[in-house]
Amino acid sequence: MIRLLLTLFLCLSSVVPALAVNPDEVLADPALEARARAISAKLRCMVCQNQSIDDSNAELAKDLRVLVRERLTNGDTDEAVIAYVVSRYGEFVLLKPRFEAKTVILWGMPVILLLCGGVAVVLAARRRSAGTLGAPLSDKEKEELDKLLRS
Amino acid sequence: MIIELGHYALVLALATALIQAVLPIAGARRADRALMELASSAALVCALLVAFSFTVLTFAYVTSDFSVRNVWENSHSLKPLIYKISGVWGNHEGSMLLWLLILVFFSALVALFGRNLPETLKATVLAVQAWIAAAFALFILLTSNPFARLVPAPGEGKDLNPVLQDVGLAIHPPLLYLGYVGFSVCFSFAVAALIEGRIDAAWARWVRPWTLAAWTFLTAGIAMGSYWAYYELGWGGWWFWDPVENASFMPWLAGTALLHSALVMEKREALKIWTVLLAIMTFSLSLLGTFLVRSGVLTSVHAFATDPTRGIFILAILVVFIGGAFSLFALRASRLKSGGLFAPISREGALVLNNLILTTAAATVLTGTLYPLVLEALTGEKISVGAPFFNMTFGLLMLPLLCAVPFGPLLAWKRGDLTGVAQRLFVAATVGLLVAAVYYYAMNGGPVLALLGIALGVYLIVGALTDLVLRAGIGKVAGSIAWKRLSGLPRSAFGTALAHAGLGVTLIGIVAVTAFETETVVEMKPGMMVDAGGYTLRFDGMRQGRGPNYTDETGHFTVSRGGVAVTEIWSSKRLYTARRMPTTEAGIRTFGLSQLYVSLGDPMTDGGIVVRVWWKPMILCIWGGALIMMTGGVVSLSDRRLRVGAPTRAKRAAGLALGAAE
Repeated sequence: MIRLLLTLFLCLSSVVPALAVNPDEVLADPALEARARAISAKLRCMVCQNQSIDDSNAELAKDLRVLVRERLTNGDTDEAVIAYVVSRYGEFVLLKPRFEAKTVILWGMPVILLLCGGVAVVLAARRRSAGTLGAPLSDKEKEELDKLLRS
Repeated sequence: MIIELGHYALVLALATALIQAVLPIAGARRADRALMELASSAALVCALLVAFSFTVLTFAYVTSDFSVRNVWENSHSLKPLIYKISGVWGNHEGSMLLWLLILVFFSALVALFGRNLPETLKATVLAVQAWIAAAFALFILLTSNPFARLVPAPGEGKDLNPVLQDVGLAIHPPLLYLGYVGFSVCFSFAVAALIEGRIDAAWARWVRPWTLAAWTFLTAGIAMGSYWAYYELGWGGWWFWDPVENASFMPWLAGTALLHSALVMEKREALKIWTVLLAIMTFSLSLLGTFLVRSGVLTSVHAFATDPTRGIFILAILVVFIGGAFSLFALRASRLKSGGLFAPISREGALVLNNLILTTAAATVLTGTLYPLVLEALTGEKISVGAPFFNMTFGLLMLPLLCAVPFGPLLAWKRGDLTGVAQRLFVAATVGLLVAAVYYYAMNGGPVLALLGIALGVYLIVGALTDLVLRAGIGKVAGSIAWKRLSGLPRSAFGTALAHAGLGVTLIGIVAVTAFETETVVEMKPGMMVDAGGYTLRFDGMRQGRGPNYTDETGHFTVSRGGVAVTEIWSSKRLYTARRMPTTEAGIRTFGLSQLYVSLGDPMTDGGIVVRVWWKPMILCIWGGALIMMTGGVVSLSDRRLRVGAPTRAKRAAGLALGAAE
């Protein structure tokens, strides 16, 4: 967190702290503006550490915010805007990486662990109960048991 | 002179730690009582030496002794006294010394209060603690000496980073370290158990309270850090999934799992091997967190430690301790006998599910944090893993866990009745849905998912209380008997209920803020109004001011509701003179559990100023819930059963508890 605080200040382009979206950037159409905000939250400020362009006050983040809004006003879909930004800045800009070959382990980790853990738990439980219950009753033992139960 | 004494004390502490690291183990091997008893005295001496060393550094800060490089770099003679003191750990060298201080402090506690531990176990545990202490003392002396002098001594210091000049910083790192380092004791117990090749009752009874204490501190540290970021950053966020935050969150997740598996082990002698592994993993994550933050591996512009020698040194510590512990585990774990059979549907089963999901969650956070680093190192490709990834994966993992939480305490040990418990939780679920419906009505609609989130939070709270109600028999037996039964319940039952209810409160806060907060960004001139959360703010104007080591500009706002003025808000921007560094001091006003948050942006050329106003509904629930969870931890910790000195009463209390549960 301390690092975040510090990098926030490294991101400052002016001496006076400025915050993200400024009134002059805001689009007149609230629906379009809401879409712009949602997209901005998914895009990384390239010169900051772990900040979206929506949160960042760096010059570059502002440029990107304006770019996103321009594309939206031109009638692009959300996906098209993101694809455009990625084509210009690379996948580094996506805060949520796409699911593809190089991110298989990243996305698969929770699923793999849950499955492996689940299987391990079940196996351990089976082994334990098998270990204590011992061998099943032999035929002779069953007969004796039946006799006892019937009497 | 005094500075050199502090330095020398640290060298002596290293020597003592080395003695404590070797001789007691040899004593335990040869059944040599004198050598084993050496461990306790060495631990106490070591703690005193490090405490002296730390006091000397604090003294240098308080007296603004700028001939010490560390003080010159991080202090200023005009700084208020509290920030001179907190500045001691507001930098790399000092914070590592604090880390070491807390470590040896915990060793001393084990030495002092471990009288009824088996002799060999105590000697081995203290020796393992000393390995860690020696490694970190060596690290400080070789790469991060806080006592290095400057000749000639400068007349004035460079000041502490302004964002760190805050009460939050005075409290946050010590709390976090108490949590991080507290898990070292669990780690040492686990390693000692592996070395000895056996685990007995004393082991479990010792590990659980340590885990509880460390967990409580870590919860406090994380909550404190989150609140600090919230009011200090000036943009109203409270969790960013930043790698440094993740570094503290991973041990918390693993620690929470450990807390629950230690419970199974203590009560039912089951999950022994798993608990040992989890104790090792939890402290490994603490070490990893220290490494991530201290080595600067996360970023090249890290303000703390950019010197790679430090990174490599900590990496070596990491490899030796984590690798060593896991190898030891692989070699010796099969010697530990597990016991305690249970059916899949039982309290043990529920706790296994808890452990499965929590460790998966910790591993997911770990993967997400390290993946970009590893991928870049291996392939050179750069990707980002940020909040949207964590929110999605972590959220999906938590959902089933949160639904299952109230089931745990209601299920019987060994073999439980799922349908019966579900019926008992029917009330909790109904109340949850009703509250969500009321919320829907009050908010004039809202996203369905958010409403279900609120319902889940309420269900957690009511579900936690259901356990107490059922155990006391409230509504079934006469009031006086129910009261007697309730006050006879073990404290840990209340601890559990509080911790689980706190989780529900935090969840409600998170959901409400995420779904219903409003943000307004406007350019304002004096006299202009802006609405937020049913209140109207009038901007009255700006005022110049001056603090001890900064100048500031403050905006004044009058808050009114329905035309009646209710309160005022001041929101300011500061400029710290020594570093020419600006900070925002957001104006925050609390209304019940919700807050109005005002922060100032850029001044415009026409005399106006950009103002951001947030309405944060129920935001205090986020940290309030954490407080309730911590209270649960403290209440549990005060349970007689956990006091190692009271074994006879403990058994009876446990019997009572079981009787009451049935």
